[in-house]
Parts: sequence; C-alpha cells; structure tokens
Amino acid sequence: MRMPVTTLQDSTADRPFTVDRSLLIQRLREVLPAQALLFEEEDLRPYDCDGLTAFRQLPLLVTLPEDEAQVQAILRICHELRAPVVARGAATGLSGGATPHADGVLVALAKLKKIISVDPVSRTAVVQPGVRNLAVSEAAAPYGLYYAPDPSSQIACTIGGNVAENSGGVHCLKYGLTVHNVLRVRGLSIEGEIVEFGNAALDAPGYDLLALLNGSEGLLALITEVTVKLTPKPELAQVVIASFADVRRAGDAVASIIAAGIIPAGLEMMDRRAILAVEPYANAGYDMDAEAILLCESDGTPEEVAEEIGRMTAVLEKSGAAGIRVSQNEAERLKFWAGRKAAFPAVGRLTPDYLCMDGTIPRKHLADMLEAIAALSGKYSLRCANVFHAGDGNLHPLIMYDANQPGELERATAFGAEILELSVHFGGTITGEHGVGIEKIDLMAEQFTLAEIGAFHRLKAAFDEHGLLNPGKGVPTLARCREYTLARGGGEQNSMNSMNSSRQ
Amino acid sequence: MDPWIENWTARINDAAGSAGQLAIRGGGSKTFYGGREQGERLDVGAYRGIVAYEPTELVVSARAGTPLVELTATLAEKGQWLAFEPPHFAPTATVGGMLASGLSGPRRQAVGAVRDFVLGVKLLNGLGEVLSFGGQVMKNVAGYDVSRLLAGSLGTLGVLLEVSLKVLPLPVAERSLRFAIDEATALQKLNQWGGRPLPISASAWHDGILTLRLSGAVAAVAAAERLLAGELMDAAEAEAYWRSLREQTHAFFAGDAPLWRLSLPSVAPPQGFGATLIEWGGAQRWLRAGDARALRSAAAKAGGHATLFRGDDALKAAVGVFQPLPAPLAQIHRNLKHAFDPQGVFNPGRMYPDF
Ligand SMILES: Cc1cc2nc3c(=O)[nH]c(=O)nc-3n(C[C@H](O)[C@H](O)[C@H](O)COP(=O)(O)OP(=O)(O)OC[C@H]3O[C@@H](n4cnc5c(N)ncnc54)[C@H](O)[C@@H]3O)c2cc1C
Repeated sequence: MRMPVTTLQDSTADRPFTVDRSLLIQRLREVLPAQALLFEEEDLRPYDCDGLTAFRQLPLLVTLPEDEAQVQAILRICHELRAPVVARGAATGLSGGATPHADGVLVALAKLKKIISVDPVSRTAVVQPGVRNLAVSEAAAPYGLYYAPDPSSQIACTIGGNVAENSGGVHCLKYGLTVHNVLRVRGLSIEGEIVEFGNAALDAPGYDLLALLNGSEGLLALITEVTVKLTPKPELAQVVIASFADVRRAGDAVASIIAAGIIPAGLEMMDRRAILAVEPYANAGYDMDAEAILLCESDGTPEEVAEEIGRMTAVLEKSGAAGIRVSQNEAERLKFWAGRKAAFPAVGRLTPDYLCMDGTIPRKHLADMLEAIAALSGKYSLRCANVFHAGDGNLHPLIMYDANQPGELERATAFGAEILELSVHFGGTITGEHGVGIEKIDLMAEQFTLAEIGAFHRLKAAFDEHGLLNPGKGVPTLARCREYTLARGGGEQNSMNSMNSSRQ
Repeated sequence: MDPWIENWTARINDAAGSAGQLAIRGGGSKTFYGGREQGERLDVGAYRGIVAYEPTELVVSARAGTPLVELTATLAEKGQWLAFEPPHFAPTATVGGMLASGLSGPRRQAVGAVRDFVLGVKLLNGLGEVLSFGGQVMKNVAGYDVSRLLAGSLGTLGVLLEVSLKVLPLPVAERSLRFAIDEATALQKLNQWGGRPLPISASAWHDGILTLRLSGAVAAVAAAERLLAGELMDAAEAEAYWRSLREQTHAFFAGDAPLWRLSLPSVAPPQGFGATLIEWGGAQRWLRAGDARALRSAAAKAGGHATLFRGDDALKAAVGVFQPLPAPLAQIHRNLKHAFDPQGVFNPGRMYPDF
C-alpha cells in the first residue's frame, strides 16, 4: 500500500568528491587575500579537528574570509567546482561537526567577529557569526541586558556555532535554548545567495526556516549574521546546593521540584566522581562526601527569589538532602557555579582523554540511567564522571580513556554508544545539545527509521542539491543505516514500526 | 495499523496517483486563516485523545484531533497549561490545527510561540509514510528540527497525527493594570519596561488605553504592581478582556472589514492606517483598513511583514494572504514542499498560491 521510498535512496550513498585542488587554489586566490587562504600542510594542521579530538582529518584547504563578500565568493567557487564546504567557528563542538572534509574547503569564520549593533530599546544585538557567546553578554551588560543561552564553553564558542548546534546552557530550563533566543539568521546558500531566515519581528511569513536552521550543523546554509534577543538581567539570583547520600534520592528530588510547580533558573546535578574531580580544581565548596549534588538556581526580584528559595529548600529537605547551602552573595553564587562550569576541564586533568556523551532522557529515569552507567563502567573497565543538566534530563557522562592504550578508544566509543542506545530506550534522544556530527552518525539509525532518515535527506536537498555543505555529518546515508541495523541483528526497518517504537 | 491512518494513507496514495488534492481539516476553527480550502476534504478530527501526560516531565502528547478545550482541561487539573495561550476561535479547535496554524495568544511576548513549545510530532507525509520527529524531551538536536518547521506550515507538508508539547505550571498570581496614554507613548513605555526584569505577561493598547498583565510569583507581581502604578482591573473583567483578545471576540475584531496583522519589531513607530490594536509589547499590530501594497511595504520597511488575517476570498486571491517571499526563500519553500509532498496533495494554496 505504501509508496516505495526510492526517490533519494541511492543518491545519498557516500559520494566520492573529485576536486581539482590546484584549480580550486587558483580560483580562490583570485577572490581572497593571500593571508585568507591556507594550503601548506603545516598551516592546515591546526585545523584538523574540533572538540572531538579523537577524530582528525586534514582539509584540502582552509579559508579565513574577512567579510561576507569573501564567504560568498568562496561558496560560489566551491559550488561551481562541486567542492565540499565545512564551516568552523571556535571548534569547541564535541560531535565532530567542524571536522574537516578531506576533499573540502574549511571555512573558518573567526575573523567575522564584529558586534554590529546592540540596541537596548529593542533588546536585540546583531552580530557576525565569529563573535563569542560571552562577548555578546559583555556588550549588553552596560544596559542591564544579557544573552541568555550560556554553554559552559561560552568564553570560546561562537554564535555561528551556537546556532548551528542549537546550543543550550545551564540556564536553558527557564530561558530556553539558542532557537528560543535568536530572531534572525542571515546566511548564504551553497550557491552563494544571501538568504534571510526570520527578521527583526517575532515571526516571519512562510515556513519557520529560522527554527530549522537552529541545530542544522552547517548542513543547510552558511551563517554570516545573527540577530539575538537580549534578556533583562534579573535583579537577584541565588543558588542552593543540596548534597545527597545516594543518587536515586537526588534524581527523585529533581522530579519533585518540577512537580511542585517550580521552574528553577538552573537545575544541575553532579555525581561523586565529578565532584571529586571538580572540587580540588575549582574549590567551589562542594561536599566531598556526597554521592551526588544538585545546584538549583532561583532568579527574579528579591521577594520572588526569597519565596522560591524557600519552596525549593522545603522540597529538597523532604527529598532527603543530607546538606543544603544557599549562596549568600553574588561572589559565592559564582563560586558555586564555577565548579559546575569547570567540570569538563577538571575531569580532563584526571585522564589523558575523555569522551563527552550528550543523551537526553525523561527526568524520571535519571537514577536508573546512573545505575546503568555504573554497570557499564564496570563492563568496559573505564571510569565515568557524570554531569547532568538535570532539569532538562540532559546527561553528560564523561568517559575517561587513554588513546595510547590499545583498544581503549574503541571501548570508550562502545561504552558511549550503549549509553545513547539506553537514552533512546528510556524515551529520549542520542543528543540534547552537542549535535550528531560524525560522532553519533551511526546511532541515528537507532533513533530514526529509514523513512525518517530519507525525509531528512530530502529536506537537506531542498537547500543543498549536491550535498556540498558539511557532507558526511548529521544524517547517515541509507546504506549506512542498513549496515548498522544488520550489524545489530535487526531486520530491515520500515516506517510502520516507528508507530510502536519506544519513543511513543 | 490504526484504521484511520490506513484509510488516510489510501486516500493520499489515490490522490498522489491521480493529481488529486486534499484539504486537511481538524475542527474547522481556523479554516478562515490562509488561502481558500481546495480539494477533497480530509477530516482528521476523529483521530483524538491524550496519549501520554506526565506533569513532572512537563510534557503532554496528544493525537492531533484532540480538542484544545479537552487538552486544556486535563492540564488544568494538574495546575499546568499551554503557556503560549493558543487561540481557539471555535470550541472545535484541535491540537493539530493549533500547531498547523502556528498562532499564539497574548502571552507570546513573554514566553514564546507554539513553535517554542513543540517537542515532537508524528506526521503522515505525501508519500504515505508515518514519520516521527523530535520526541518528548526538552532538548533534542538529533536530526533536523522538523517539529518546529511544521508549526505554522498550514498543513501543506502533511497530516499531523500526534503532537508533543512542553507544558508549564499556571502562574500563581496575576494582575492587570490600565493606563490612559496615546499610541506613541504606549510603544515607548512598552519597550522601556521590556528592558527591565518585570513580570509582564501580556500587553494591549487600543483607543487611548494601555492594558498590562503581570503574572508570576505573588511577591514579584505585587512589587511590579506598586512600581508601575496603573489602575488595577477587576480580576474577572481582566480575564474576560484577555480572552476577548485571544479569541478575537473584542469589538475591535467585529465586522466584515478585512483584518490585517502586522508583525513588526516592537520599536517600530505608529504606522497610521487608522484604528489599531497593539499587542505583544508592540510586536503585533492589528488593523482594519489599508491598502495591501501600502501595508506590506510599510511592514517590510519596518523590518516585519503583513498578513491578511481575515478577509474574503476575492481579496485573498487578489493580494495574497501572506507577505510574498524573496526569490531565494520562495525557492526553498517550493523545494521543501516537494520534499514532504512531492505530488502536491496537501492543502494547495493555503500558504502561497504556487504550492
Ligand atoms: C568545555 C566545553 C563545554 C561545553 N559546554 C556546552 C554546553 O554547556 N552546552 C552546549 O550546548 N554545548 C557545549 N559545548 C559544545 C560546543 O561548545 C557548542 O556546540 C558550541 O555551540 C560550538 O560552537 P563553536 O563556535 O565552537 O562551533 P564549531 O565547533 O566550530 O562548529 C560547530 C558546528 O557548527 C557549524 N558552524 C560553525 N559556524 C558556522 C557558521 N557560521 N555557519 C554554519 N555552520 C557553522 C560547524 O560546521 C559545526 O558543524 C561545550 C564544549 C566544550 C569544549
């Protein structure tokens, strides 16, 4: 009865690109200043990976455009010569989204870092894609405003990268993700045409392409300008730290806070191994005897904060918190957060390498997930520290390994894959905010049916007919999905079994 | 397989094979919105019911035909709601129609629109495939965000089967205040207040009166009420007032004159064109008069767009419902339509005449 899905099936196979490198260099030289084009191996080397350092690849060339017109010229040439294009912001991405393509041009946007305007009246800022996340808040601070999404990498990561990944932060439970805080994205299509997604108003006519651009991992357009919303700084913020003698209680406390009708400004959790890594590094004042701690933030007017802190404390006590502390001033609040924000580098000190996972699950399964991870840690003989955006159910297990020990990377990868498969089985997703990139590309088949993957390919083709923007990322080829399913002992999927999948 | 879906899939395949077209209808409450319905009617209202609701997860999933009133009542039992205050426009309004129309009520300025609350969808596309996107969790970046793309797509990309939405606790306290001021001053005040951490959840200016609604914790609302010093409205009267804006039963919306909606940056100055009702802190402006071309060029100049929200078929056909798109965007729209509905089966002309 169903119509066969043959339309795109075979055109999505891993396509070899045949790019004439010298012709490409010659053509790019005509449109770029000498310093904006790198092609010697030693110059390419620093660009061979992003935050997913386990995967390295030299690009064919690197370009460092200085304005939109140069980006446009690069794209036109790449489109004409059918050369892949990979955008790169600050390369803090953790899924390999900015990993170069061997036959492609890496477009590094670091030089497009102008804050074009900050308008305190309309509460918006217009920025180039290479502007760092924190720089926006700093520019808005004199007006009592800030840019709400605050990834822990905010000192380094760029707005372009944030939009491409739909990044979150510790405050997105209340203030939303990047997609909720961006009004307009100006970009270039692979043909080099300027396209505006969204506008200066709250909505735009037609399909919500602005929403689609968020989280599209550089596969749909190259972002050259972003209008972000600025949020008034709350008068006061205070954070409560609650320590727990067991993780199950901590997990249940998270659900109880939400059940009480409270939406904290931030609700984070760390397990014992994370606490032990962070405390000596950041001196945040965490309870070193706790099995888990929760950080719950409240912000608003002083009256509102006092009321909410009171309610949160009551819930935490009832949930069996062993100790509760409330930040008494701004310095102490920042100190409490500093530990959480330094969790990745702190764990990084304990191990030569680590993999950061990013599944999201319904909050009610937090404790089950932690227990499962502990068991897997035994199975693979690898340590794992857990940091969670608990309020959103977004997990960041940090799997520690040593790439120089034969087999450890493979074990770490398999460990991570099992966590993500579990995330899907608990009714969640393989990635909450870091993106699919190359890291999780095979796991897409765990979460989506062939028909759904096919729909993604058709959507991609609506923007980029020849598949030149960031090929090999985000969405696996149908052939790869079949391989994955077969390797896992599954049969051919069809769209009908999605009706009974664990997601629904 | 569900018999409804089986039946619709067959009709989609028939239509696709014979250049047929289907007009998808939930409760028919928003048929007036968008281009005229064309094609054979596909009634989907019978596919209804709440599939899953877990208050502590802040998520509800419902079949697309579920009446909005039923969903709202279920959420209210647990002290929760759809914070973007979707308009019903008729008691028959469904969850699917809410998402497909993409319309949000007075609270949009404070919390976001439908698209900001949709977490996942199940869709029947033009190939007769049942597809799931997104899910029931707050953060999910696996695959393209098709769920949000479907918000406001007016049924042109497929039949919505199921929708998962983020829900929020009802505000504890609510107060509405009134100020007698002119349009320009109201816009200035709204933008000024918007830059401060005040719990303003809705605003409306019309005919020399600015009405503000404050929502949130008791203490925060009380503090803002003292600070802003407007004239306090009776709670029942306020509730009725905001409902009349959400449902467009307010006198401003009465009569047969075309209703234009201008979506503008909140700081855009008064636009003229006669009687105006301003919502969303200045970002949404309703008008009852004006030449389509003049309105559209004024809106574009200000950085926004103009929609012929209500009007007769002749006017819609003459001037189009939605602001025309620049060529590269129009091309992407046609390509996307083709990606989901290659034979052009669903809701032809509801959004733009060319698809
Ligand atoms: C210590 C640490 C902490 C982190 N914490 C968080 C966190 O709390 N929350 C979170 O969400 N993430 C976090 N991340 C992940 C990462 O910082 C984010 O994904 C960030 O948004 C990436 O930005 P970037 O500028 O580094 O982008 P890159 O890594 O350079 O690129 C990321 C993706 O965006 C694409 N891209 C970049 N610029 C453009 C452009 N102009 N146009 C089109 N595509 C573009 C790239 O092709 C790539 O696919 C963390 C990473 C680290 C290392």
